[in-house]
Amino acid sequence: MYQQAKYDEPLLNEIKGEEEKEISVDVPDKLKRSSLNIPNLEEWQVVRHYTRLSQMNYGVDINTYPLGSCTMKYNPKLNEEIAKWFSYLHPYQEESTVQGALQIMYELQEMLKKITDMDDFTLQPAAGAHGEFTGMLLVRAYHEYKGELEKRRNVLLPDSAHGTNPASAAMAGFNVIEIPSNEKGMVDLEALEAATDDTTAAFMITNPNTLGIFEEEILEIAKIMHKNGALLYYDGANLNAIMGITSPGIMGFDIVHLNLHKTFSTPHGGGGPGSGPVGVRGELVDFLPVPIVRYDGEKYYLDYDVKHTIGKVRSFYGNFGVMVKAWAYIKRLGGEGLKNATIRAVLNSNYLKERIKGYYELPHKDLRKHEFVVKPKNARALDVAKRLLDFGVHAPTVYFPLIVHEALMIEPTESENKETLDKFADIMIQIAKEAEENPKLLEEAPHNTAIKRVDDVLAARKPVLSWKDKR
Amino acid sequence: MKDMDDMLKYLGMNSWEELFSDIPKDVWKKGIDIEAMDEISVYRYAKELAAKNKDIFDMPNFLGAGIYTHYIPPAVLEIVGRSEFYTSYTPYQPEISQGMLQVQFEYQSVIAELTGMDVANSSMYDAHTSLGEAARMAYRINRRKEVLVPENLYWEKESVLKNYIAGLGMSIKKYPLNERGMVALDKLQELISEDTAMVYVENPNFFGVIDEGVDEIKEMMGKAIYTIGVNPLSLAVLKPPADYGADIVIGEGQILGNPISFGGPLLGIFATRKQYVRKMPGRLIGETVDADGRRAFVMTLQTREQHIRRGKATSNICSNEALCAVFSVAFVAYYGANGLKELAKKNMDNARMLMEKLRNAGFNAPIFDAKHFNEFLVELPKNPHEISKELLKHGVHGGLPINAGCYRNVPNSMLLATTEMIREEDMDKLVSALKEVS
Repeated sequence: MYQQAKYDEPLLNEIKGEEEKEISVDVPDKLKRSSLNIPNLEEWQVVRHYTRLSQMNYGVDINTYPLGSCTMKYNPKLNEEIAKWFSYLHPYQEESTVQGALQIMYELQEMLKKITDMDDFTLQPAAGAHGEFTGMLLVRAYHEYKGELEKRRNVLLPDSAHGTNPASAAMAGFNVIEIPSNEKGMVDLEALEAATDDTTAAFMITNPNTLGIFEEEILEIAKIMHKNGALLYYDGANLNAIMGITSPGIMGFDIVHLNLHKTFSTPHGGGGPGSGPVGVRGELVDFLPVPIVRYDGEKYYLDYDVKHTIGKVRSFYGNFGVMVKAWAYIKRLGGEGLKNATIRAVLNSNYLKERIKGYYELPHKDLRKHEFVVKPKNARALDVAKRLLDFGVHAPTVYFPLIVHEALMIEPTESENKETLDKFADIMIQIAKEAEENPKLLEEAPHNTAIKRVDDVLAARKPVLSWKDKR
Repeated sequence: MKDMDDMLKYLGMNSWEELFSDIPKDVWKKGIDIEAMDEISVYRYAKELAAKNKDIFDMPNFLGAGIYTHYIPPAVLEIVGRSEFYTSYTPYQPEISQGMLQVQFEYQSVIAELTGMDVANSSMYDAHTSLGEAARMAYRINRRKEVLVPENLYWEKESVLKNYIAGLGMSIKKYPLNERGMVALDKLQELISEDTAMVYVENPNFFGVIDEGVDEIKEMMGKAIYTIGVNPLSLAVLKPPADYGADIVIGEGQILGNPISFGGPLLGIFATRKQYVRKMPGRLIGETVDADGRRAFVMTLQTREQHIRRGKATSNICSNEALCAVFSVAFVAYYGANGLKELAKKNMDNARMLMEKLRNAGFNAPIFDAKHFNEFLVELPKNPHEISKELLKHGVHGGLPINAGCYRNVPNSMLLATTEMIREEDMDKLVSALKEVS
């Protein structure tokens, strides 16, 4: 059995340090600060504090991390090392002094084009949702340019969509209309056709969708959109399922965002930083944010001359440090390696699904891509998730997608082999049995982590959001 | 691989292609035309590319303009390099993620201490997007649509702001600065109206000026939201914005311990008053207890967020800059209050030393008669972009060139930043090179 480290670790401000000192500084008297409540510690105290905290945390370097739609694949150490060599560059340095950095961005843009079959890319968005927002700004600018923004107020999306999709569309000023899924877990084509007209700005979809099901009618979907003058948007969070097999470009998408921190192996950092490049086709290239890196045959340069650019969505050029890691990953694997990663990810997902489907309910069809969704037969998804932690594996995504009640959304990624998948499947099966024989084990889980189950109701009812708010 | 064959057999499949039998044949792709490289070749190639750059250790530079090259202590890198931190996802399972949750809670606390505000979120993407989110939050609070910004707001920040508020139909109006490069209070007063959603003031501002009028603005606000943009390091020595009435404080957290990394990843600081907490964007970590009554941390007030609220969320942000927040809290812990004050002072002292050297060489520096933090404008006799290129021949990189006409009352000039990375010999190099090329 697993046992996580467990320290009664104080908060930083509870560690005793040296007294605060006054210093004299040249600032206007009325704006001078009187004191600052941050402890004065020795380096070893700081390092011990955070090292102990790190031991009460779980990363993909420890074990299986099958969070659905999060693609928690292994983060190769080579990439981490290389990124450090670019740490001390300022983005406003003269181009002649940053040719290497610009070349990496340029090569990454070119490689992403080949992977997705899109015409051009911006690397500026800082995360997947930020890429979606950028995409929606492009949709706005495109329809505005055509003189149709006034009437094209609606963005359609399936009811299985990631939560960021409707949030991003709404942030860009669109009304959001949900299209129901059919009994096969795919977009209901009739409903989509009925909802699409000259008020439609775009349809946002991820393919395969969040159930891990490939939308087989994708070409028909593209036709419906384009016939009505609307754009088709690809949420690339799930690209790990199709890389090298098909591409958003071939499927007829106009705009795509990718998550370098998912498909392209850069670490998630406990929530970020990510990087969400956006690729476009056809006329849309004229609307991309500035700058874009170009090569004139001799040198790399930043091109600010994009005809109808939307301007900027973030400062500078994006999360460069993340780009370097993704660049190294793609260089290392090459096209064939990326395709093999996809095959392995889809094989792992289907194998795991097949191993556990006798013990959990599998809604909709059988063949899945990189992820699949099941529900427990006789327990809450939350309790299964907490019990999994006791075995030293991370839980799947729970309660998403919303169209499956008590959903457990499982994405093993390619970074597992038969042995680790079998172990995970055995644990899932054991928990299904425990749910029948000894449900308390689940309800009181976890037992082996740094703390027992948290009281999240109390956290929300009486928010304590900093050490200044003592309970 | 053997285990692949076994797994396919278990699935009753003869080949991997069957895994993709649901993908119509007419959308299959003929592979991806990218050559693979072995690990040593990638390493070597990346080394070659890194060698094509000149970073601050190869050639001193005086660039700032919102992000700054500070020294990152190895202790900080060691802490952030713990793979339990950097290979973890968003802490959706708090029981197995207490380490990261406590670090994020400490980050929120440190930002609350520095800014004086009640609550800080656990990060936005950068200062620019924090500004966009602040304007959207102001709209949620008062339903007004005009944002007042200083006339020297950098164009990149203005562009990001414009994109963030376009969907709400909000607009931007600029207020002037006075002859000392500070907010022209009387003019600002005239511009504030019942349409004003938010007034944005930077302190120190884009020209590096510490604005002495910031404590006279709150009383003009009425229902408008008062948002301050800060350099968090300056708050080691400057009064926290909460003390002069800020409703929202934003800033660039990169300054606290994050590598400058060619402009990203960065760290958007976002803090506000408790009364507005449910209107705020971004993730929040709260303290609570576990089933045994022990102190515990958990993501909280999530009904504001996209995964619950979808189209009605306060923001679409999901992945944030959590690891950058780890850099920042480790950096703050490493220096402590005393170390941070000394560091801020060193940055200010360097600016003053460089100003003096420039004046002694006959340059007008700073252009504005004000106290500056670690950045200021120096006037130049000709096109500053040309000068910037010519400086390279003398082995030194200048600051951000600013053409005459970009800003009212600002001639051809250069915005020079002086962190603790700048040595006196670097300043001498810059001053003599500037003299030569001017």
